[in-house]
Amino acid sequence: MAKISGLGGRLYSGETSFNIVENRKRWYSVSALFILAAIAALVIQGLHLGIEFKGGASYTVTQPTATVAQARSAVAGLGITGEVIVQKIGTSKVRVQTGAVTPAQSQAIETALTTTFGVSAESIDTQLVGPSWGKEITRKALYGLFAFLLAVMLFLAMAFEPKMAIAAIVAVVHDVLITVGIYALVGFDVTPATVIGFLTILGYSLYDTVVVFDKVRENTKSVAANSKMTYSQAANLAVNQTLVRSANTSLIALLPVASILFVGAGLLGAGTLKDLSLALFIGLAVGTYSSVFIAPPFLAQLREKEPVMQALAKRVAARGGAAPVAVTQEVRPTTGSGPRNQPKRKGRK
Amino acid sequence: MSTPNKPVKTTGRPVRALAILAVLVIGLLATALIQGATSVRLGLDLRGGTSVTLQPRASNDSNKITSEAIDQAVSIIRQRVNSLGVAESEVTAQGSGTNRQIVISVPGDSGRRVVDLVGQTAELRFRQVLAETSALTANDTTTAATPASGVSPVINAKFAALNCANPASRQGTGADAPTDTIVACSRSGASKYILGPAEVLGRQVSKATAGIDQQGASGWYVLLTFNGEGTKAFGSITARVTTLASPQNQVAIVLDGLVVSAPSIREAIPSGNAQITGSFTQTEAQDLANVLKYGALPLAFDRGEVQQVSPTLGSDQLHAGILAGALGLALVLLFSLLYYRALGLVTVGSLAIAGTILYLLFLVLGKSIGFTLTLAGIAGAIVSIGITADSFIVFFERIRDEAREGRSLRSAVESGWLRARHTIIVADTVSILAAVLLYFFAVGGVRGFAFTLGLTTFIDLLIVFIFTKPIVTVIAKWNFFASGHPLSGFSEKSIGRKQSPTPLEA
Repeated sequence: MAKISGLGGRLYSGETSFNIVENRKRWYSVSALFILAAIAALVIQGLHLGIEFKGGASYTVTQPTATVAQARSAVAGLGITGEVIVQKIGTSKVRVQTGAVTPAQSQAIETALTTTFGVSAESIDTQLVGPSWGKEITRKALYGLFAFLLAVMLFLAMAFEPKMAIAAIVAVVHDVLITVGIYALVGFDVTPATVIGFLTILGYSLYDTVVVFDKVRENTKSVAANSKMTYSQAANLAVNQTLVRSANTSLIALLPVASILFVGAGLLGAGTLKDLSLALFIGLAVGTYSSVFIAPPFLAQLREKEPVMQALAKRVAARGGAAPVAVTQEVRPTTGSGPRNQPKRKGRK
Repeated sequence: MSTPNKPVKTTGRPVRALAILAVLVIGLLATALIQGATSVRLGLDLRGGTSVTLQPRASNDSNKITSEAIDQAVSIIRQRVNSLGVAESEVTAQGSGTNRQIVISVPGDSGRRVVDLVGQTAELRFRQVLAETSALTANDTTTAATPASGVSPVINAKFAALNCANPASRQGTGADAPTDTIVACSRSGASKYILGPAEVLGRQVSKATAGIDQQGASGWYVLLTFNGEGTKAFGSITARVTTLASPQNQVAIVLDGLVVSAPSIREAIPSGNAQITGSFTQTEAQDLANVLKYGALPLAFDRGEVQQVSPTLGSDQLHAGILAGALGLALVLLFSLLYYRALGLVTVGSLAIAGTILYLLFLVLGKSIGFTLTLAGIAGAIVSIGITADSFIVFFERIRDEAREGRSLRSAVESGWLRARHTIIVADTVSILAAVLLYFFAVGGVRGFAFTLGLTTFIDLLIVFIFTKPIVTVIAKWNFFASGHPLSGFSEKSIGRKQSPTPLEA
């Protein structure tokens, strides 16, 4: 642990530094590869939608001796059209899923299950979903998504700067695309709980990005005036300085999610907890990556296009500077210029 | 925002902040006690029960989905569900404007009855019976041979083909247009009918009650009162049919395309008060009265989702949720203590206080706004442990950054706070934004999740300001921390600051 802290110190001073912003092409290609794979998986395999989206019925019987074969034969003679999926969940449950059924058919399935397994109708966990329901919740989720992205963009544009808002949104879209792609690729069930997970990832991923951008903003506030380092270099320093923080916040966020996943998948077998935490777990990992490797380089790229920043880059090059270590040592005493800046930062003793 | 260039005097007033916190916690506790809220209200997925989500559908062009129509439908369904007498049943509209769904939740085992009851959502109509037969099977030659007069052959053919023994024909479809002549089964499937256009509508019924004849002559009956419009319409249909031969002297009460009852009319009823008698049991009479009274829903509904959770699964999910929460919390605390040493104790304390406030809010909100904790809500709370702890990390790492600049711990805390504060506010605002939008756009479980997520993020913001920061200010004065004790989390080693001038600077 102390070693990591030590690393934090070295990253802070610039003694140890990773060229994250500079190597942006490398991260972009890694992400592009993932996104292409995600899109391919989405197009070829599609998402494995739960009955909430397709319409259908699900019956779960809790009975330790119940077998899949028993349940299958109980349901077989009822004339239910379409595919019937029978699964063993955990050790004591059997779940029967069908396509859309009429209430009468549903009744018949329940009766068949109660007689086969000797359980009461009330102890069967059922879920009936109308065929138009899925469309409705999908539509709502999409509305929510767009409203959220718009609101966040406006908010970040006001709290930080417009280009940061754009970079943050790019990173978020990147996260959702890759996460959804992983779902298509592996064939995990997509349920409303998964969708909650996806939407929460947005918030999380932005949280991480905000932490990094806040530091970027601080480091680059007077970067043009000082002519000591380019915008990219200042941004890179910020990413390095917040690296330990990002790693810690992500780890801390992952711990509870991992424990929900562990308990949800291990104890309950299936359901809300597992679906939600799986989506979160994957999304968080991707989100952490993008907040370090995608958002800041993209932001730097946007800002470097500005004439002021290009002029700055030329000045810095002319000074023959730009050895990151040396530069980071000099960025310290620049403060006192910006308003609301760190009070007593008059230099490193 | 504040104190631009006025260094280090910003110690704040830790004691005052902590006092505010104490007042807040005590206030919440007192509110909960006064309300008599002793346990968190659990959602159906945690204690077993049935929930039905209905999606409004315009039954025809003249029936637009309006906000008022939904409100009215909610109150009608609520009355229906309440008539079942199950404690803590709930009917709510979720979503916004005309884009709302109606969610009905009934705890316990009585879900089946609710599903049946709210299935009867279409409009109640009175129609003249044109033909009736108790024949059940399709292609019954006797009925086909004696078509009702004045009815098109198409309808007669439909009538002949109608098989009421098939459960599918006994489901209400709600597809019966009021102006059409229709064929319909009785609810039990024992008879089938050809029915004329609707002449009286459910909303023209002003009152319906079940009663018992004290002399015992006619047993249970249903007393029916119409409003002005209804009185006129009912008067004219009864005057017309009472002279006809059976079965055309009957008026069918049709709900959702099924005949609930088809009493024969003994005399013209111009007064608007009618009595339906028959060999009713008490339940039958009360059910019929309920149908008449609450039958007139202004909208038709599609059953979006029906979910029945058994009490066993409910308690399993509750236990799993609590276990996951405890495990997640333990891991986060362990990590904080290992990484931040004694400073990690501040995390422990902050999370404990956040947890206490959250629990008290659950209690108070359960009583005051009917907040129920669902599994998705528990997941939201667990996930927020991470978010809450994140803000402490942002703060602590900032302090270390400041200390790396060579500040004393006390001044590092203050200047680190000024910067961490901005980050935390922005990041939490994004989280709250996400929660609020999720809440307004989503239905069902997502709302529960969004609500707890938003609530906990807000609590996080509060705690950081009135507990974490003041506490850190206080302990920064303690020698144990200020001197950089190896276990304090502020040692030279854990900060990574070199005591001697760094080689790079040399």
